[in-house]
Amino acid sequence: MNHELAIETKGLVKTFGKHRAVDGVDLSIPKGKVYGFLGPNGAGKTTTIRMLATLLQPDGGEAHIFGKNIVTEAAEVRERISLTGQYASIDEDLTGIENLVMISRLMGYKKKEAKARATELLAAFGLEEAAKKQVKNYSGGMRRRIDIAASIVVTPDLLFLDEPTTGLDPRSRNQVWDIVRTLVSAGTTVLLTTQYLEEADQLADRIAVINQGKIIAEGTSSELKASVGAGTLNVRLADSTDRERAITILSEKLQTDIKTSGDTASLSAQVGDASLVAEALGELVQHRINVSDFSLGQPSLDEVFLTLTGQKTESEEEGKQ
Amino acid sequence: MSNQLDQTSMNEERLRDAIASRTRPKRPSPISSSLTFSSRALLRIKHVPEQLFDVTVFPVIFLLMFTYLFGGAIAGSTAEYLQFLLPGILVMTVAQITMYTGIDLNNDIRKGIFDRFRTLPIWLPSALVGALLVDMVRYSGASAIMITLGFILGFRPDGGIIGVLGAVGMILIFCFCLSWVWTTLGLIMRSEKSLMMVSFMVLFPLTFVSNVFVDPSTLPGWLESFVDVNPISLLVDAVRGFMHGNVTGEAIMWVFVASGIFFVIFAPLTMYLYRNKK
Ligand SMILES: Nc1ncnc2c1ncn2[C@@H]1O[C@H](COP(=O)(O)OP(=O)(O)O)[C@@H](O)[C@H]1O
Ligand SMILES: [Mg+2]
Repeated sequence: MNHELAIETKGLVKTFGKHRAVDGVDLSIPKGKVYGFLGPNGAGKTTTIRMLATLLQPDGGEAHIFGKNIVTEAAEVRERISLTGQYASIDEDLTGIENLVMISRLMGYKKKEAKARATELLAAFGLEEAAKKQVKNYSGGMRRRIDIAASIVVTPDLLFLDEPTTGLDPRSRNQVWDIVRTLVSAGTTVLLTTQYLEEADQLADRIAVINQGKIIAEGTSSELKASVGAGTLNVRLADSTDRERAITILSEKLQTDIKTSGDTASLSAQVGDASLVAEALGELVQHRINVSDFSLGQPSLDEVFLTLTGQKTESEEEGKQ
Repeated sequence: MSNQLDQTSMNEERLRDAIASRTRPKRPSPISSSLTFSSRALLRIKHVPEQLFDVTVFPVIFLLMFTYLFGGAIAGSTAEYLQFLLPGILVMTVAQITMYTGIDLNNDIRKGIFDRFRTLPIWLPSALVGALLVDMVRYSGASAIMITLGFILGFRPDGGIIGVLGAVGMILIFCFCLSWVWTTLGLIMRSEKSLMMVSFMVLFPLTFVSNVFVDPSTLPGWLESFVDVNPISLLVDAVRGFMHGNVTGEAIMWVFVASGIFFVIFAPLTMYLYRNKK
């Protein structure tokens, strides 16, 4: 057992009936970082997190949080973790301050200290003015913030955030990101799940891509991107009548399929080896095909995901609608 | 409205300060955490007073309805029937209210706050014990309302004030234990609708096929034997005894036995399910 690790799991399994929701997950998550769990709906993210947070008993494998077994030492684990679930875990009929005072009291603060802590957190999370309003009147972003505030009444060593920004507007999403960054700079390890590749890319030091209960890739975001090749070459032709010839030349030189889109002048291709690009572009010039613009981008995580799973991500599909 | 509220932005420095404090207070005692859950239940009543309907308006409607509906037909006179009916209808009403304990828990589970409570380092049953304490207050309130109204309508308990208090005490003990049946069901059932349905399916025969409305000796034999072992009948016997001033030790003992059986089976079952809820 490695004590430098916040989370260590071996072959973690959870079945619901015959369905293996989590199917042999191995994780080694270092302390003091943001770790991203990336996967589509139903991938098994919530189930994994609920097991790690001692809410659900695993059906197989084992897991340790800061060296403590999640099943046999659940009470010790609970002392160091906190969970902000996928759905608001706040009493919506109560006001913001009543909720935080309640949690503070349950954490063991005396009445006065509980009030002080609740007030401090409301101010820090920009919820002072809403303190005496029932949570059911809060906007989505405010709900998320009070939910996270409730999770850090006692700042945990490990915080689980299950899809913390799903459904939030960009401003609220940025606020949640700020909270996460501040927590990590203060020494908390954060494990967050997301369906958004951009979020994992922006926030997480390391990412595990999970699909159908299995981890299909793991690493930093650049490692993941590198694993699918050098990136995407985008070429814009000056004259779209050259299109067919350009496709033939590029696919031969780059040894890959060329993707076309509605815009007849633009072509793109996944490139395995960046050095082929210069050659391919030179070949176009030799054949007097004018290129008005080209770029070689790092692959986006969307592309990584597509390559790994053969599935489109939600953000891509939404983008198309 | 929510957008108007959300004007304040977060303050980085305050955020950092708030996060920096990592002191963990000592775990609260079971009593302290139970009382915190009680105050949550009280706050919920303050914010959603409609939920008091079941302990105020319903008992009044029930009592008036049954007194005037059956009073003339069954006993010949309403005042006379009230002496017989009030203890029974009191038991029936309060027993039916106990159902809401399960529904509240079921709502907590579906809303996710249940998950938060379960990850806190507290004595786990306190969430339920705290809520049940406030339920006791609700049951006492419902009893007070019905007994007062009964008095106005002509109910005169021979057992006097002591008898009335004893009767309410019996009801509270029994209902506290019965509530664990609903918490168990609240943890098992997936939706509020199905929970309501199952709860009614248990409660209706239990409360109606009892000695609440009629003397069981007028019933056919097979029905009489069910009515006689029905825990609600046992409670009604003791409550009537207290109110009429002729309670027997045996009647009290049977209430304790019935309550004890509910508690011993369903309290541990509730806690087991609570801990291992999927
Ligand atoms: N309590 C449950 N009972 C039965 N199936 C479940 C339960 N919870 C989750 N599942 C199933 O397990 C799979 C993984 O779910 P989940 O962990 O919630 O995925 P994610 O959080 O990645 O969207 C899904 O197919 C889901 O339907
Ligand atoms: Mg989920």
